[in-house]
Amino acid sequence: MKTRKATVLIATAVALTLGATACNDSKDDKSGSKPGKSAADAALTQIVNKSDKKGGTATYAMSDVPDSLDPGNTYYGWVQNFSRLYGRTLTTFKPAAGKDGLTVVPDLAESLGKPSADAKTWTYTLKKGLKFEDGTPITSKDVKYAVERSNFAPEALSNGPTYFKSHLIGGDKYEGPYKNKDPKGIESIETPDDTTIVFKLKDAFADFDYLATFSQTAPVPRDKDKGATYVQHIVSSGPYKFESYEEGKSATLVRNPQWDAKTDPNRPALPDKISIRFKVNAVTVDNDLLADNLTVDAAGTGVSPQTQPKVITNPKYKAQTDGSYAGATSYIGLNVNVAPFDNIHCRKAVQWGIDKASIQAAAGGAPKGDVASTLLPPSVNGYAKFNLYETPGDKGDEAKAKDELKQCGQPNGFSTSLTARSDRPSEMAMATAVQASLKKLNINAEIKSFPAGKYFQNFAGNPQYVHDHKLGMIMTAWGADWPTGFGFLDQIINGAAIKPSGGNNVQELNDPAINKALNDAIANTDKTAREKAWGDIDKMVAENASAVPLIYRKNLLFRPTSATNVTVTQAYLGMYDYLLMGSSK
Amino acid sequence: MSDLNKTGAAVGEPVAERPADAGEAFLSVRDLRIHFNTDDGLVKSVDGVSFDIKPGQTLGIVGESGSGKSVTSLGVMGLHRSANAKISGEVWLDGEELIGADPDHVRRLRGRKMAMIFQDPLSAMHPYYTVGAQIVEAYRVHNEVSKKVARTRAIEMLDRVGIPEPGKRVDAYPHEFSGGMRQRAMIAMALVNNPELLIADEPTTALDVTVQAQILDLIRDLQKEFGSAVIMITHDLGVVAEMADDLLVMYGGRCIERGPAEKVFYEPQHPYTWGLLGSMPRIDREETDRLIPVKGSPPSLINVPSGCAFNPRCPYADLPKDNVTRTVRPELKQWDDAEGHFSACHMSQEERTRIWTEEIAPKL
Amino acid sequence: MAAYIIRRAFGAVVLLLIVSAVTFAIYFLVPRLAGQTMDQLAAQYVGKDANAGAIAAVKKNLGFDQPLYEQYWHFIKQIFVGATYKFGPDASVCNAPCFGYSFKNHVEVWPQLTERIPVTFSLAIGAAVIWLISGVAIGVVSALKRGSFMDRFFMAIALAGVSLPIFFTGMLGQGLFTVQWPIWNGVHYVNFTDNPADWAWNLLIPWCSLAFLYSALYARLTRAGMLETMGEDYIRTARAKGLRERTVIGRHGLRAALTPIVTIFGMDFGLLIGGAVITEQVFSFPGLGFYAVDGVRNNDLPVVMGVTLVAAFFIVLCNLLVDLVYAAIDPRVRLS
Repeated sequence: MKTRKATVLIATAVALTLGATACNDSKDDKSGSKPGKSAADAALTQIVNKSDKKGGTATYAMSDVPDSLDPGNTYYGWVQNFSRLYGRTLTTFKPAAGKDGLTVVPDLAESLGKPSADAKTWTYTLKKGLKFEDGTPITSKDVKYAVERSNFAPEALSNGPTYFKSHLIGGDKYEGPYKNKDPKGIESIETPDDTTIVFKLKDAFADFDYLATFSQTAPVPRDKDKGATYVQHIVSSGPYKFESYEEGKSATLVRNPQWDAKTDPNRPALPDKISIRFKVNAVTVDNDLLADNLTVDAAGTGVSPQTQPKVITNPKYKAQTDGSYAGATSYIGLNVNVAPFDNIHCRKAVQWGIDKASIQAAAGGAPKGDVASTLLPPSVNGYAKFNLYETPGDKGDEAKAKDELKQCGQPNGFSTSLTARSDRPSEMAMATAVQASLKKLNINAEIKSFPAGKYFQNFAGNPQYVHDHKLGMIMTAWGADWPTGFGFLDQIINGAAIKPSGGNNVQELNDPAINKALNDAIANTDKTAREKAWGDIDKMVAENASAVPLIYRKNLLFRPTSATNVTVTQAYLGMYDYLLMGSSK
Repeated sequence: MSDLNKTGAAVGEPVAERPADAGEAFLSVRDLRIHFNTDDGLVKSVDGVSFDIKPGQTLGIVGESGSGKSVTSLGVMGLHRSANAKISGEVWLDGEELIGADPDHVRRLRGRKMAMIFQDPLSAMHPYYTVGAQIVEAYRVHNEVSKKVARTRAIEMLDRVGIPEPGKRVDAYPHEFSGGMRQRAMIAMALVNNPELLIADEPTTALDVTVQAQILDLIRDLQKEFGSAVIMITHDLGVVAEMADDLLVMYGGRCIERGPAEKVFYEPQHPYTWGLLGSMPRIDREETDRLIPVKGSPPSLINVPSGCAFNPRCPYADLPKDNVTRTVRPELKQWDDAEGHFSACHMSQEERTRIWTEEIAPKL
Repeated sequence: MAAYIIRRAFGAVVLLLIVSAVTFAIYFLVPRLAGQTMDQLAAQYVGKDANAGAIAAVKKNLGFDQPLYEQYWHFIKQIFVGATYKFGPDASVCNAPCFGYSFKNHVEVWPQLTERIPVTFSLAIGAAVIWLISGVAIGVVSALKRGSFMDRFFMAIALAGVSLPIFFTGMLGQGLFTVQWPIWNGVHYVNFTDNPADWAWNLLIPWCSLAFLYSALYARLTRAGMLETMGEDYIRTARAKGLRERTVIGRHGLRAALTPIVTIFGMDFGLLIGGAVITEQVFSFPGLGFYAVDGVRNNDLPVVMGVTLVAAFFIVLCNLLVDLVYAAIDPRVRLS
């Protein structure tokens, strides 16, 4: 009897659903939006489903949570991209397809920063008519305060990077706006009037316009700042404001009427509403994308491994994918202070002998990345294409490698250790492939794995540990905080980045020539010359042979048919540009 | 009692008419067979039992556990529900045959025309309901009355069976009663609809001796008052000694002796009955002299011994000639001198009389 | 009765204290045994850019610079009297019951817990209703038709149900009804107060997935219980009274057979309220279980403590309720 009731219930439910589906169908017919014809990888070079039609709801979801949606408390690439919807920054990246997307353009500022001749003083002038969502005008002091709170208050906002802190004069002394209540704030940021802001740096820093793109320059009104809980009541300066925010679950953005499109050529602001859900099961996110229930996976790192085969093998789905560069390179650091890699010929033996094709296959094949020959990935400003160790089919050149081994004094090969992060399956798989491909040269690499959480701090990046345990080969991967050669290279090849407490220069490369080249280039305000320098420096590292680039990492992004104005932005780790994106739903 | 000495119809034969020999009996059972299919084989729990009871009379059914006495009574009540139970024969209650009747019709008779008292009132009453509620339920299922009326009736019945403060105890739970009180309550529940047949299945076994007597007195009193026929099932001849009008002794699913109580008591015709009498406690006997138990254990109901089922335990099994006790099953035969006194034994009547008078009776 | 409840409540408080102390010790003492310093513990809550200054600031702000007993005392005290924290320009007051702030994102734990309890409760209550009704019904039918085709069929399904983990049935259900046959447009938690119909509609698949597992279990339990009770003497008595079979089964058989079910149900439900971890993960429902997993993953002590205490509280509460209900069902049980 009770089961019969249950049957009735289910039957009713099914009937209701069919009804609901029918309604949806008719709505779709009316809207009459035609799915854009597009091929795989179309959004890498153009805007797919191009649209200037306003309206609809864009639905974002992701399997993780953001570190914070507070523009002043985040390090996540996708939040940098996403937060531009509600937080305007001094400068930002041009919302455009292809290489164009790497261009820095003014946002709050009238123009890009005006550097002093020594590139140590940067001045920005704010546009007129900028307002917060409550109608109060945005002033340079709000920008200054945002930088102060985001860089100098780690007791409350510890997630974000601290580049401003390390470059500003007196950055190591200032205690931050929460401890030091003096409204004057840090002296090295000057706000002579409400529209001017001047940053005074202790070193020359020609990439400062890139720092100004950081969400940390999105203005925050001092009297609305609640520290760690500001995230629950973010005051918008962009085209959208928060209608709701549920910690760890979801947020909804609606149009901000105080935003003036005339001050903002960068944001088409297509959807009327943007909703984002966190902690949605990864496979569910993928399924919802395929079923066109979602507009985009906010994380922007591509479909999950379970979904990948389904997407690649189905031609219909395949046409909706974009294999974008994630802005990161996987490579092996050969530690120049661990024998026998203190000898350049032993390093070169590895460079020549390694079978990169097999490593690419181990990492998941072409969808996961292209074989790399440089440290800088192609999606970074300053990337220059070259290959000093070119071998047929990237399979390695045994003869050349053996020749180098002889010159190194190790004609019969040698034994060493190869480290990898135990909780990163693809890195472990790559390490195994590296090990196999070196066997042919009689180089016996013993794999040692460590947890990712402490990898650089305690193990592979800690010189003492590395020397004590003779860790010659260190698997690692690196992506830049901003897409220039300096942003990418400084932390991994500059001698200054070797830290006793653990750092990312795992090769312990400390070549005065390279250090100087880096420092000279970053002081150079000539953009063209600067960008050329990055490629040259990359080549110097290749000549030094202490880093073996393996693959340029790629994401397999999926764009549902309802997503409009879709393009990959190289500025944000190869995810879709959220400023442009709209939805036909 | 009339002649019941027929061995009965074949299993499953349709029954149409009330047996002619049933006379004025309120309940007539004819050749009742209750067999159970089990994984080990066919268990013949009851294998051809017949008897009659007149209104107001008491029949005692006596036997060891496993002799089929309880199964017989449940068969009369129509309480064998298992699909594995095969029931045949006839049960006539007040002119109606029950074995072939509509089960729902039989259900309506249960509790109203025939009621039953069980052995262990603690397990036989539902632990979660008050005594009153259980009596009320028994009453209302056969009488369309309000709960209030039924409750009054329950209190009245509790009072009648001798429960002090019935108005209070009606709301008590079975576990709050003493053993004797519980059995009284059980009797109250059984009699609440004035049944014309009351089956008491070992009603006093779980009780101590003084309470036993009270309960038996109570049943006897109530029987007089209500005029019901009573079947008293027991393994203890002492229990039925004073109450029963007729006695039926069962062994291995069959009746081995049946007759008027005084006959069976004073001139028992079966060695098994002798054994039962021997194990009967008597106050006028010395401790050492009494209690001659029946040696051995009850027979398997799947592989009943061939010939006389009692033969493995019978001290006289070798007396009849040609090993007949082990090959031929003895018929239930009327003893020549006594009207309605039957027994199933291969020994000659002379031998039995001699053994009884010379060997058994003096020891009792 | 009142004395009994008071005594049980006191026991519960002691239990919760022990649970909290153990959780606290696991968090602080185990890493210490593994040779971790307080600085390293604090470094977990600093972002990617964990420089020494930031670590020191975080360490101080989280109170890691104080002795352990001081920290524990502070944690317990704040539950009753609240506390003041400083995660911004102004001190923020955390009113009692205060479970502190997340180490990871400085969000107050108690409002998060109260926000998530309804999610888990919604999940548990619906599933419980479904599994109780279907499980008991199937169990009764199977017991009464023991050995029949229906019995074998149901019991085979029940075996499957008991054997199949929720992440399988949940994923399968979700895959079938949101992708293969998209009857559901994705499954998301909707607050009951926002839209009861949407609430139930979105919960239907999770309910059924969860209920499938449990109803299988309950069907088997009910069947075994019914088989046992239907052989009891009082069932024979009930039949001897001339009661209809329906009454015999329902009022006499099932009533007694349900008693152990109530006990197990109480415990299952308590555990489920403490966090339907896997179900919430599969369906991305922001309930307690989800919160617990996050807390553990982030090594977020206040979150773990909060969830543990709430879960323990519900388990203790459900056990107490079971005992009370048990006493109500079975008059032989005396609470003392």
